[in-house]
Amino acid sequence: MSAPPLNAIVEKALPAPEIVAPREESPARRLAIEFAQNPMAVVGLVVMLLILLVALVAPLIAPQNPYDLAVLDIMDGRLPPGSVGGEGTRFVIGTDDQGRDMLSGIMYGLRISLFVGAGSALIAGIIGSSLGLAAAYAGGRFESAVMRLVDLQLSFPSILVALIILAVLGKGIGNVMLALVMVEWAYYARTARGSAIAERRREYIEAAECLALSRARVVFRHLLPNCLPPLIVVGTFQMARAIALEATLSFLGLGVPVTEPSLGLLIANGYQYMLSGKYWISFYPGIALLITIVSINLVGDQLRDVLNPRLKR
Amino acid sequence: MSAARGSDAALALEVRGLSTHFESRAGVVRAVDDVSFSVGRGQVMGLVGESGSGKSVTGFSILGLVDAPGRVVSGQVLFQGRDIAGLRDEEMRRLRGRHIAMVFQDPMMTLNPVLRVDTQMIEAVQAHEAVSKAEARGRARDALGLVGIPSPDERLRAYPHQFSGGMRQRVAIAIALLHRPALVIADEPTTALDVTIQAQILAEMQGLCARFGTALVWITHDLSVIAGLADHVAVMYAGRIVERGSVDQVLDAPMHPYTAGLIGSVPSRTKRGERLRGIPGMTPNVLNLPVGCAFRTRCARATARCEADPPEFGVGEGHAHRCFHPLLAAQEVAA
Amino acid sequence: MLHSGIARVAWLGGSGLATWLIRRLIQAVFVVLAMTLIVFLGVNVIGNPVDILISPEADAQERARAIAALGLDKPLWEQYLRFLGGVLKGDLGRSFVYNEPAIRVIIQRLPATMELAVAAVLISIFVGIPAGLYAGLRPNGWLSRALMAGSILGFSLPSFWVGLMLIMVFAVQLGWLPSTGRGETLGLGGVQWSFLTRDGFLHMILPASNLALFNVSLIMRLTRAGVREAMPSDYVRFARAKGLRPRRVIGVHVMKNIMIPVVTVVGLELGTTIAFSVVTESIFAWPGMGKLIIDSINLLDRPIIVAYLMLIVLLFVGINLVVDLMYAALDPRVRLEEQG
Repeated sequence: MSAPPLNAIVEKALPAPEIVAPREESPARRLAIEFAQNPMAVVGLVVMLLILLVALVAPLIAPQNPYDLAVLDIMDGRLPPGSVGGEGTRFVIGTDDQGRDMLSGIMYGLRISLFVGAGSALIAGIIGSSLGLAAAYAGGRFESAVMRLVDLQLSFPSILVALIILAVLGKGIGNVMLALVMVEWAYYARTARGSAIAERRREYIEAAECLALSRARVVFRHLLPNCLPPLIVVGTFQMARAIALEATLSFLGLGVPVTEPSLGLLIANGYQYMLSGKYWISFYPGIALLITIVSINLVGDQLRDVLNPRLKR
Repeated sequence: MSAARGSDAALALEVRGLSTHFESRAGVVRAVDDVSFSVGRGQVMGLVGESGSGKSVTGFSILGLVDAPGRVVSGQVLFQGRDIAGLRDEEMRRLRGRHIAMVFQDPMMTLNPVLRVDTQMIEAVQAHEAVSKAEARGRARDALGLVGIPSPDERLRAYPHQFSGGMRQRVAIAIALLHRPALVIADEPTTALDVTIQAQILAEMQGLCARFGTALVWITHDLSVIAGLADHVAVMYAGRIVERGSVDQVLDAPMHPYTAGLIGSVPSRTKRGERLRGIPGMTPNVLNLPVGCAFRTRCARATARCEADPPEFGVGEGHAHRCFHPLLAAQEVAA
Repeated sequence: MLHSGIARVAWLGGSGLATWLIRRLIQAVFVVLAMTLIVFLGVNVIGNPVDILISPEADAQERARAIAALGLDKPLWEQYLRFLGGVLKGDLGRSFVYNEPAIRVIIQRLPATMELAVAAVLISIFVGIPAGLYAGLRPNGWLSRALMAGSILGFSLPSFWVGLMLIMVFAVQLGWLPSTGRGETLGLGGVQWSFLTRDGFLHMILPASNLALFNVSLIMRLTRAGVREAMPSDYVRFARAKGLRPRRVIGVHVMKNIMIPVVTVVGLELGTTIAFSVVTESIFAWPGMGKLIIDSINLLDRPIIVAYLMLIVLLFVGINLVVDLMYAALDPRVRLEEQG
């Protein structure tokens, strides 16, 4: 559909946007400023970093190590939020059926969730991007083979792919990460290829090639940095998706083992108690999961808006 | 229609002081600024200007089709003596297509690509008259025949993209004339077509409008089209009408420097070996119009006086312009 | 989404509808074959086929007999052909848990899942499209903004958590709706359906809504984007210039243009919805295929797993094919391009 003519008049009338920033500002600083235009995204970023921090230092700040069996007292089990346990420990958001402090459980759970989510997003990113870039650069049959594979993969819902892999290979944290990587790589590949195709036609690539630089060098030193922005956006969204998918798989009992529960498994543990009113065992880990996913999505949304116009330079 | 018919009946359309503004973040764009002209019954008025001059917006404003962020802020649009500028939506809808029709520039985009041609024609008939589908279809077929489309029955069942550009525009014209409107506004209907087709469509439209007594407002940037087609001309620049009059008056004795520049820049007027004459400078940024006469930044005759808004000066029968230093220093009579 | 749709069809070049159909079919067959290979390899190469296909409770003699019967002592490629043969005949082993042919166990549960999936798709159409239409026509109203914010949540929230919240709010706290199970069913055409009874219908509401959430958000956003793109377009302005009533302009001109991507998405999402029913069915204890597969994975009832995977891939490939066909049928531009 063509652009409406009336708005085109207005568009034409507006002064041309400032594309070139003044010299003193580095691109990173400019990025930060533009990012900050959206207050929601800033909130998201702050929350995200906070969560990351909590996850990293959980062993240091958690009131209790929920997996140290020596500390647990089953008599403390299923206590509502705010209760005080046998030893005088305050359970801010209650305990689960084993007497574990929910707050500590959530902190440790965040570690696993983030580790799996970010880890798989990163690995899938490296694999997928490399394949996409290589496909775009090599062209020909290789490219169409890879892209067909990508299309095929993307036409299957993620949960199905994960299910297939976990059903065949079995459970465990390694298999879960493998399944997540298999689900995610295709998005990176498609984005990387699309970006690379657009960039490849630009003059600086021709120039680099004229200098007889090796292909690998052209791809990695010249093509990649300019394809990076959309890949970062994809990576952010994929991380959120991976965390959500891992939580779903763990909830179904197909994910991480009981000894290292992620947020999804925590929620699963509390499921049976929901009907009897002991909602906190599932509810609070769910809130933590929610906040994590939503904050990452907010950041990703703003990143996408901020990084996109740059590509049109 | 209205009580006070009298001389107004001879005028199909009279626009008085029409202004349409667009509000954007960067300021107010006065796309149409105090525009006035009139079109007699069965007459052809050419509205000429560069892109961005506001001519299309004028056409939309007359029909009330200006979308947000634009709106008509002032003025009157007298259709057959009746002011339609402030009409309610439903009343306006009844006028559109039936008494006032519009033909757009690019028929590929104006005909809905996913609907068949007969659907789009039948709905145009049924929107205003309670007739059966079969009868509406018959009228559609007749209308296609009118504009010279062969085997209309087959063509009716086709989709727009199966037609060539010229054919599509003929369909659009057929739709416009379905209800024999008193006024047709044609917004650059031949700009997107081949030159040979242009001439055909032009001639056909002229013929049909003469036949049905339909007044025609032909919006274009191409003066040569106007020369052969129109009875009257209004030249627009930066939202204002800078000169208007009969075709003979304006083209043979232009008063405004911009008009002269337009005439001079028509390629067919230059002799072989002569340089093509363009108007120096560029269309001004509509948000940042020069104060006073908008043309003064490109005008060789501009003086300090031109920093004031030039009012309309009448020169002779129906011929008016907005210039403090017109080309023929006739007696200035304040309009 | 729209682009992938056009790409799907254009990908094969404009060489005629029949050719395109044949090529798609071949592609579909390839995918299914690839799946059989993956499953076969997974069972026979990665896993231990003896454990997978023979019930762990069998004694040595039964095992030996089973091994011979299943041909596990034959070379690999022969086993694969045997497996393929079994797939074509519909014989995919016997469930350990139910001691019935795995296929039959799954098919028995198919109606329950289809019920839920179809209900979810219907909800997403009848809620998503009107909501998107409203949000597109009045983009700055508070309701529109709220709907858009809600749709973002609808995407990003993991559906299992939403399901839990639904149970918590509507079943536990408010007590309006039942929390789990299928409720009463009524037979129609030899199959038991729950939407035909009031009790069954009530049981369906929460799980169907849960399943529909993602789709509703998707369809709502898609419709809104389509409306916002269509309203200022030239053909809408022309329709208004013809003097058409607003109802017709929106109901026919705008909607017809929007319908193409929306229908495509709905079709594609049917497969995804069936896949995600594994989550919803597990939460709501809905006795469908999804719950079966999860239970089977946990109980190590491998024949069921194998049968389910094959069935769902077949279903999926079939749905994608139908959607591509529908897309070609709906968009006259695509259809006619291929005849050229």
